[in-house]
Amino acid sequence: MKRKDMVLHKLWQQFRKNRPAEISLYVVLVFILAAIFAPQLSPYDPFAMGNDALVPPQPGHWMGTDDLGRDTFSRILHGTRVPLIVGFLAASASLIIGTIVGSIAGYFGGFWDELLMRMTEYVLVIPRFFLALLIVAMLGAGITKIILVIGLLGWPEVARVVRAQFLTLKEREFVLAAKALGLASLTIIFTEVLPNAIPPAIVVGSFLVARAIILEAGLSFLGLGDPNLISWGALLSEAQDRIWASMWLAIFPGLAISILVLCINLFGDGVNDVLNPKLKEK
Amino acid sequence: MSIRAYFLKRILHAVPLLLFVIVFNFILIHMAPGDPIESLIGEFPAPDAYVDEMRKAFGLDQPLYIQLLLYVRNILTGDLGFSFYYRQPVVTVIMERVPATLQLMIPALLLSAFTGVFLGIFSSRKPYSALDNCISTFTLLGYCVPAFWLGLMLMLVFSIKLGWLPAQGLRTLGADLQGFAAFADRIAHLLLPVIALSIRHIAINGRMMRSSMLEVSYEDYITLARSKGLTEKKIITGHMVPNALLPVITIIGLDVGFLFTGSVLVETVFGWPGIGRLMYESIAKRDYPVLMGTFLFTTTLVVLANLLVDILYAWLDPRVKYNS
Repeated sequence: MKRKDMVLHKLWQQFRKNRPAEISLYVVLVFILAAIFAPQLSPYDPFAMGNDALVPPQPGHWMGTDDLGRDTFSRILHGTRVPLIVGFLAASASLIIGTIVGSIAGYFGGFWDELLMRMTEYVLVIPRFFLALLIVAMLGAGITKIILVIGLLGWPEVARVVRAQFLTLKEREFVLAAKALGLASLTIIFTEVLPNAIPPAIVVGSFLVARAIILEAGLSFLGLGDPNLISWGALLSEAQDRIWASMWLAIFPGLAISILVLCINLFGDGVNDVLNPKLKEK
Repeated sequence: MSIRAYFLKRILHAVPLLLFVIVFNFILIHMAPGDPIESLIGEFPAPDAYVDEMRKAFGLDQPLYIQLLLYVRNILTGDLGFSFYYRQPVVTVIMERVPATLQLMIPALLLSAFTGVFLGIFSSRKPYSALDNCISTFTLLGYCVPAFWLGLMLMLVFSIKLGWLPAQGLRTLGADLQGFAAFADRIAHLLLPVIALSIRHIAINGRMMRSSMLEVSYEDYITLARSKGLTEKKIITGHMVPNALLPVITIIGLDVGFLFTGSVLVETVFGWPGIGRLMYESIAKRDYPVLMGTFLFTTTLVVLANLLVDILYAWLDPRVKYNS
């Protein structure tokens, strides 16, 4: 077995000791599979209006129907796509931007550090949801915009973590050795320091995914989501008007959001415990 | 440096931020599809005279940098624009709604601060005990559940199914209540929205406080206090909690911003007539002046709140002043 494989295997074994985290990983995988195979798994066309409107959960319609007779279960299955896509893409965008900012600030220090950290402060202070709201309201809805906005609002945390890692790592011997060898700064950053700085960033990434999902749900709830796509937040918005009589419409989408976010967070916690054992409580 | 110098330094940091927000609004106005004048007035049939006046006031036929200067000048003189939907200056519209939001936010802030801190203290007493696991599970769930869905569920259980608490609004309309009955009515209406708004922050504060307490418990001065023979209670209240509180105070400061943010969703769910609801309604009505004005207003408040928290932190932790 190659050394890399052995390390991964060991990390996986370590991860598995955390039962909640392991189960959460499987649940997230189930969600991902549901998103990919939604058309095959849905008993009904999520957009098809049927004759049985506002029917409570029963055999045939496991989660009931809405006021246009559309099957809730099918809609929830299809609605898995938006949170996952938005979550992962937005988090990736934040990770990329944050890593670049954090590496520059941490490695070069001085003026760049000041400037970039000041910018980080600014983005952190601005009420993010309001900002997303404002941007989407004025520039129009659409999933690309939503991903960009959420992604552009999430990089400060990543930058902070990466910067902290760079600050500690750049004084280490292997970096000094690389400098002595005459390697260019950029090369050092990418080949030496960055691989070691990534693990905490990955953990932050998983929490970013969770937060992006909640943000997107909130935006859709307010009617700012992509109107062509089914989103759980939008389902909840529809359910709100009918909550007095048809409460199942409100329960299931929110439950889906909560379970997905919960599992992503537990998974992130598990990864954190494995990758950063020194930070684990004694 | 002294507290005063630190204070001035922090204000100096805040000013560019506010300017940046104003400039950002300006950029949004011009990035929005359509004529910028639409973004300045909103999509309403405004009288031509007014449109011309606006064009002059904002210099829309002039080069962009002049427009920027004019825009900044207008904002700084307190003119946030005019809302055609409400037929009032934006500032008036906002000010009418602020008290309602404050009625939600201040109890939520206090509730999440106190409850979170106490939960953190209790769960850190015996890490991984049954109590700790219970509290930790609760905080984990509180952190993952979307606030607006929680609000809906609370409404479902307590208003619809049990009928204990009202579902919408500030107070019961039509009922002419006086004195204590009116007060009780207000509280009844407040309960569910405040809880929905607070749970996430109770969870975050609780977790922060717990890990902070655990970190502090390994510090040398705690070992010293124990060897001095102080009772555990005295150690916790006198030494651990004050030190553990410091990072949590920063988080509570950030909570102000998040509570404003959360208020949009919670106010929409509970029909609460505050700023959050105003933002939601303005989206549908395309009342852009109100949207941007509200954004500016809330951001200013959040920046001020963070400033206050920074000062408080510096006052409580002298090390900050010396390091800056």
